[in-house]
Order: sequence, then C-alpha cells, then structure tokens
Amino acid sequence: MDLTNIAFIAFSAITLICALMVVLARNPIYSVIFLILTMFSLTGHYVLLHAQFIAIINIIVYAGAIMVLFLFVLMLMNMNANNEPNKSFLWKVLAGLVASGMLMSILLVYIKNMGDMPIVPTTNSAVGQALPADFGYIKPLGNLLFTEYVFPFEIASILFIAAMVGAVFLGSREKSTNN
Amino acid sequence: MNLIGFENYLWLGSALFCIGLLGVLVRRNVIILLMCIELMLNASNLLLVVFAKMFGNMNGHIFVFFSMLVAAAEVSVGLALIVLIYRKFRTIDSSFLDKLKG
Repeated sequence: MDLTNIAFIAFSAITLICALMVVLARNPIYSVIFLILTMFSLTGHYVLLHAQFIAIINIIVYAGAIMVLFLFVLMLMNMNANNEPNKSFLWKVLAGLVASGMLMSILLVYIKNMGDMPIVPTTNSAVGQALPADFGYIKPLGNLLFTEYVFPFEIASILFIAAMVGAVFLGSREKSTNN
Repeated sequence: MNLIGFENYLWLGSALFCIGLLGVLVRRNVIILLMCIELMLNASNLLLVVFAKMFGNMNGHIFVFFSMLVAAAEVSVGLALIVLIYRKFRTIDSSFLDKLKG
C-alpha cells in the first residue's frame, strides 16, 4: 500500500461523498461548497494521472471562475433559505432506479469488455509503451493545440464572444426596458 | 497491489456521472440542475484524461480543455438566463416553469 494508492482512495472517497452531498444538501450554498470540494479532489486525480496542465486549468476555470459565478448568482437571489419543495416519493424512487440502472448497465459493459485488462504501473500506458517524459506538460499540449487543433481553438474564441455578448445582453435587457 | 488501474477510474467516472444524473432527476432548483450538469461534464473529463493516459496520447487533454471552455460559456449564459427567469417569475423552481406546456 504505497502513497499513490492511499491518495487514490482518499481522492475517490472525497469525490464521491462530496458529489452526493451536492445532490443531497438542502441549502444551495452548501451545494456550491461541496461542488468546489469535488473539483479540488478531481484536480488531485488529474495530478495522479500526469495531467498537470489540466489540473491547474481545472482549479482556475472551475473552482476559480465558474463556482464564483454560481455563488454570486445564489447570493444575488438570496437563495440561502431552504424553500425548495420536495418532489414526490414515487418520483424520487423512479429517479433512483433510473440512475442506479444506468450505473449498473455501464458497469456491466465494463466487466464484460474490459475484465481481463491488466492493471499496469502508473508510469506506463495500458498499451505497453512508457509514457513520454513530458506527458501532460504545457509544451507538448501547446504544440498540439496550435498545430493540429488550431481551427477548433479559433472556433472556441468565437463561441466565447457569442457567450459573452449573450450574457451581457440577457443581463442588461431588464434594465434597458425599465429606463 | 496497485489500485490506480484503469478499471477503478472507470468505476469512479461512471459513479460520478450517475450521481449527476440522479441530481438532475431529483432536484428542482434550476441552479442545482446546472451544478449537476457540471458534475456529469467533470465525470466525462476525468474519463477523457484516464483514456489519454491509457493510450499515451495527449489528444484527450485537448478535448478536456475544449470541454472546459464550452462549460464556462454554457454556465455564463445559463446563469444569465436563470437571473432573467428569477426577475420575471420570482422563482427558479423548475416545476413552476411550465409556461411552454399547452
């Protein structure tokens, strides 16, 4: 039982418990806090998987930007009171059945198709060859992003412009009609 | 014993996805619905990183990068829509937002 195994178990437990608490918490503010904890433990998983750049981006974009946006909107609406009515018991049972049935079907596919996949040491990939020394660093990722994937990258910038214009337009429409 | 095999990550990612699905089905607060969609996106991101390492190929990291960009854009527009809905109807309970139902 070396350190990476302990880290894997701890991160997995934190991820699953915090994700369940996102769903089960009555107060939306607590849901956001638990979602931030989930993001942090997923960042730990990314570090374990030699994806350093993705780990940093996960912290900056998700825990830094998106979650702050969620928190600000929740505080803007003063939603920290518990005023959400319950769904009916039958609906909850049905939702649990759907979610657990989906999990079971996915896991059955895994067990059927990947049951004999060898568990390999962490410095190798599954197909046998050793990972390159700079796997997950910024330099090879940037090389890939600006040569092979440069067109999707530019399209993503257009998507961001559209999202920014849309958010500003939606956010300012009410005020302009009032004036 | 090495627990960081790829099967364990597959189990973890699918469990995370199904927790997000459960949240979308059970909760009524629209903001928490968005958060559960984020959970599902993160489960798929985790599996993309796992497969990138599994095949020793960094294209999966690029896909995670783009998926995070799209998630950021989606959340900004979605939260603006939710603020607009709250201003108009004074509620963000998804069961009251049934004006489109005939």
